[in-house]
Amino acid sequence: MVKFTVLNGVVVPLDRANVDTDQIIPKQYLASIKRTGFGEGLFAEWRKDREFVLNQPRFKGATILLARKNFGCGSSREHAPWALMDYGFRCVIAPSFADIFFTNSFKNGFLPVVLREDEVDRLFHECAAFPGFRVVVDLDKQTVAPTDGSFAMRFEIDPFRKYCLLNGLDEIGLTLRHADKIRAFETQRKAQHPWYF
Amino acid sequence: MRTLYDKLWDSHVVHVEDDGTALLYIDRHLVHEVTSAQAYEGLRNAGRKPWRVDSVVATADHNTPTTNWDEGLEGVRDKFARLQIETLDANMKEFGAKVYFPYLDKRQGIVHVIGPEQGATLPGMTVVCGDSHTSTHGAFACLAHGIGTSEVEHVLATQCLVTRKMKNMRVNVEGQLARGVTPKDVVLAIIGRIGIAGGTGYAIEYAGSAIRAMSMEGRMTVCNMSIEAGARAGMVGVDDTTIEYLKGRRFAPQGAEWERAVAYWRTLKSDPDAKFEREVTLDAREIRPHVTWGTSPEMVVPVDDAVPDPDKEKDSVRREGMERALQYMGLKPRTPITDIRIDKVFIGSCTNSRIEDLRAAASVVRGRRKASNVKVAMVVPGSGLVKEQAEREGLDRIFRDAGFEWREPGCSMCLGMNPDRLDPGERCASTSNRNFEGRQGAGGRTHLVSPVMAAAAAIAGHFVDIRKW
Ligand code: SF4
Repeated sequence: MVKFTVLNGVVVPLDRANVDTDQIIPKQYLASIKRTGFGEGLFAEWRKDREFVLNQPRFKGATILLARKNFGCGSSREHAPWALMDYGFRCVIAPSFADIFFTNSFKNGFLPVVLREDEVDRLFHECAAFPGFRVVVDLDKQTVAPTDGSFAMRFEIDPFRKYCLLNGLDEIGLTLRHADKIRAFETQRKAQHPWYF
Repeated sequence: MRTLYDKLWDSHVVHVEDDGTALLYIDRHLVHEVTSAQAYEGLRNAGRKPWRVDSVVATADHNTPTTNWDEGLEGVRDKFARLQIETLDANMKEFGAKVYFPYLDKRQGIVHVIGPEQGATLPGMTVVCGDSHTSTHGAFACLAHGIGTSEVEHVLATQCLVTRKMKNMRVNVEGQLARGVTPKDVVLAIIGRIGIAGGTGYAIEYAGSAIRAMSMEGRMTVCNMSIEAGARAGMVGVDDTTIEYLKGRRFAPQGAEWERAVAYWRTLKSDPDAKFEREVTLDAREIRPHVTWGTSPEMVVPVDDAVPDPDKEKDSVRREGMERALQYMGLKPRTPITDIRIDKVFIGSCTNSRIEDLRAAASVVRGRRKASNVKVAMVVPGSGLVKEQAEREGLDRIFRDAGFEWREPGCSMCLGMNPDRLDPGERCASTSNRNFEGRQGAGGRTHLVSPVMAAAAAIAGHFVDIRKW
């Protein structure tokens, strides 16, 4: 997995709540057996509208997406974080996320940051006020701050997820350190409840 | 003093990190063609083998055509869909499974229909699948939820999921449902009440006399849409209905083992004084047939109501969401739901494609014709076995005589990855679970309803209150 440490990037304000994974990557782009190339399908329907934020030249090269609550609801498709990553994003900031999207993101070195609703509001205002508004997302310090450092917002993250992201660790490798425990659990379960095997 | 979810969780924890991140053992892994290819590729690249092949039950369902089966693989016109189907075939040959129902097999079908049908979903299991509607299996007192492709690979390689414990929520539905009101209406009413993020972070247990009175099919419909309320998992405790359903199914235990299993399964319910972080109660008698009007399942009203007016919404983000939804749906505020005319009807999906759903829909359609403004009304059984059963009962004839199309099993127009789609602007009465923009085809407009409501809409050409049918 790719590491995530510090990210300094332009913020794209996507002022919508409940952005679902069918919008992030419509199904007509799911028919691939690879993990790459999904950027083309990112918000494909919405991008048909010339006014849509991603079509505005000033957000070219942006790496941070800003959205409203319940981002990533709907299907379990991991193609959603893949598409965001493939397009160039590394982080999305929102007041809340749907569970499966949230989990999928971490597996790909893509950081979902939860900030309070008023903090997200403030970032939307900054985006509107300052073209090319950038923030620095520092995973180790768990902060989001504008590049001039005029303020900083703190976010929470599970220590285990943070550790994996900072070091770009392969989760399967980590789990297999417990292979003996898994085997022991399995043996006991098989003896007690053989009908599950 | 534990909830059902607590019990399921406790019986599967292999290891816990200091921060609460746990390794959870997985009993059943359901695999389909759209979310597994990259996982198997990952295994191959890392030189890893699946941990326990006999935990895997696989099928191709998401993008398989519902016509042209007589042409074999040639009938899959979309070359990418075909590649995914062939890739699953190849992966099954290379890695294996407990059982695999390939495209064209007579037991093939929607993964969430065939698991229970085969008795491959048993109470007390942890069940995962790279599909968010895995919550369906919770109807059997399983801890069942959707996972992403990296997790599919992780479960294949380690038989465990890295996860954290969720919170407990109980939704009680008490009392008797009125005639014409179905489990689909119950779950739509629940989502309307708690919202599409209301269950985020929770495992929901459905309880109360109305849930107890439901068949397994009905409970599956309710659990299926837990994810539409934001909850990864939904579940119902074991009772006689659960046990009856499982008896004699192919992968259910037999003989003395069956007796032992049943004794254990009977413990799989919440203790009387178990604590839930959140409880919600609905009066079953007040639930009416529901119809969604917008682009998220929480945008739902009873059929005798009207499209809501965004001007009455105080929250600005919500109001804008409503306005966008109305524009997308081509609807005006305050339009009575029963005035909405439709172009297509879809009866199918893992929410409502089981035999009971088809029987209910057929009972409405019997001896009638679909309305002339309804271009297509299609019935897509959830599995080959459901289809066979329906044909034995003559349901296919009833639908065909009424001008409906009788298709081969699969996900079909639930997500339109195969050729079954809405055209831009087309309006559909659908028994599926998602009404997101473009879900059933770019520009398509989806109204989620129960099978009887969909059937009645096909006949009338617009929504009707099935209670007055
Ligand atoms: S029927 Fe629809 S919701 Fe169910 S598994 Fe298939 S695509 Fe997913």
